[in-house]
Amino acid sequence: MKRLFSKESVYASVFGILAFACLIFLAGITLVLFKEGLPLFAKVSLWDFLSGTAWYPTHEDPEFGILSLLAGSLWVTAGAMLVCLPLGIGSALYINEIAGNTQKAVLKPLVELLAGIPSIVFGFFGMVVVAPFLQRLLHIPTGLCAFTASLILGIMAVPTVCSLSEDALSYVPASYREASLALGATRWETLIKVVLPAAGSGISTAAILGVSRVMGETMTVLMVSGGAAIIPHSFFQPVRPLTSTIAAEMGEAAVGSTHYQALFAIAMVLFTLTFIFNIAAEILSRRYRLKLGIQR
Amino acid sequence: MRRKICVTGVFRKLFERTFARSAGNVSVSAGSYRNKQAAQKAGFFLLFCCILATLLFLGSIVYFIFAGGSKVVTWGFLTQWPRNAMTEGGIFPALLGTFYLTLGAVTVALPLGLACAVYLCEYTPGSLALNAIRIGINNLAGVPSVVFGLFGLAVFVKFFGFGVSVLSGSLTLGILILPGIISASQEALMAVPNSLREASFALGATRWQTIKKIVVPQALPGILTGVILSIGRAAGETAPILFTAAAFYTRRYPQSPFSEVMALPYHIYALMTEGTHPRQQTVIAYGSALVLLILVLLISGTAVFIRQRHRSYNG
Repeated sequence: MKRLFSKESVYASVFGILAFACLIFLAGITLVLFKEGLPLFAKVSLWDFLSGTAWYPTHEDPEFGILSLLAGSLWVTAGAMLVCLPLGIGSALYINEIAGNTQKAVLKPLVELLAGIPSIVFGFFGMVVVAPFLQRLLHIPTGLCAFTASLILGIMAVPTVCSLSEDALSYVPASYREASLALGATRWETLIKVVLPAAGSGISTAAILGVSRVMGETMTVLMVSGGAAIIPHSFFQPVRPLTSTIAAEMGEAAVGSTHYQALFAIAMVLFTLTFIFNIAAEILSRRYRLKLGIQR
Repeated sequence: MRRKICVTGVFRKLFERTFARSAGNVSVSAGSYRNKQAAQKAGFFLLFCCILATLLFLGSIVYFIFAGGSKVVTWGFLTQWPRNAMTEGGIFPALLGTFYLTLGAVTVALPLGLACAVYLCEYTPGSLALNAIRIGINNLAGVPSVVFGLFGLAVFVKFFGFGVSVLSGSLTLGILILPGIISASQEALMAVPNSLREASFALGATRWQTIKKIVVPQALPGILTGVILSIGRAAGETAPILFTAAAFYTRRYPQSPFSEVMALPYHIYALMTEGTHPRQQTVIAYGSALVLLILVLLISGTAVFIRQRHRSYNG
């Protein structure tokens, strides 16, 4: 009765092959990025690429320095974090610690729902509503600037940071709170001095993933940030982050040209940055789970 | 387990209501108690302001899009072709294109993602490989969507020669949502209690029978939530289809998987940045944004609804 291939082993190998194909696909992204981007460094040195402030890819004597683009990305991200961290973490604390069961049952799905609004809608909203409004309100030359981009991106990332922090808060064991309350602390003191420090690394994970999301956001910054490749000196100048440079210029770059390679090299930089952020988040959240004694 | 949680919950309530308050009264002077109460009120108010501001900001986006778009969106707007250089008419081809792209993306990602999750959860016991793969998937979930667009351009459009087409766009979007589908399915499969698997094995079922008849049906609501959320994401993404699928205007319906299409999110972007009649185009863009917003909110609303129901069902 013994057959060469039992039905079971066939199923197992089918699943194995599909899973493996999946992983190949995902690993392929990394490989392709580097394959298309690395040839640039035969023509432009890595140092010039990272530290040059002039980005003139289509000039007769082209220059590929991404420092001003990188500065634009960091500037917008920093601004967005000022908006999104207090709002996101504050909202998570409210939902997890203060809201009653009914409020919680409404607020949690609502936040999840708002996390699904596509970035193009945020970009559109920024372009037609927020930018003209800020221009009139603050008397600035253009509403399409780093400030508007930061504001919109910040609000966009709030649901992400909020749900991740909320998860972290819900992992804090009830016994911590009970012990603190039993010692006579008020609920507010318990929140600030016990729950928040206990959930600290979990919330940092949320913040890092928020940064990573904001930095990789493309359509919103493409539409709202103004698009000038200069090192910004104030929040009210137009900037050109890395992502919007790729999106704006890839349509014109001929395949295989230096410009094309330079855009892939920018993608490599973005990939490396988000990779670092994600690894940091992973390490932090593992430490967090160990600290609170959670298995998975 | 469940009873234990209930008991601690009751204890916590008791502490909050009686013990904590009286302890405050007994152990500290009345003045400092009042200060603490004031600080608590101020703090709670601050947190309330945070959630209020968040909801107001996000609500105002929904409000403005509705206010600007509701006059434009009619039955004709949904079913007609654009006319007069995008200044009149509807968005039907863009809706159709988004439908094709999303359908294609799910067709690519669902079988692959589900198979990958099943294999990782049910077949390989090694936790080292599992961890490595989980980290890899998490990382890819964080990669900017425009980078996926570049990958699609280099591989599907150029290397395989599919050109700017529905096929290239679907494959790119499929890979974009793959990590999400894998991790959601994995989470759902891992939440199925081991006792169910053991019971099934004990009755003489094979591994495949257990997966097909016990594990996957149990995990279905979780898997479904993840898949539907991914559909919403695929429908709303713009950057990945920018160079792989989307066209500002096509004369005809897509004839084959190899023709380029209009897509709703790209349509909004193009209306705002290209063309020669910015004012009239903005009106159409408002309508398109409203349609996209409703579409995506409906999709993710369904997912959230399924999750809520499943949660209350399981306690």
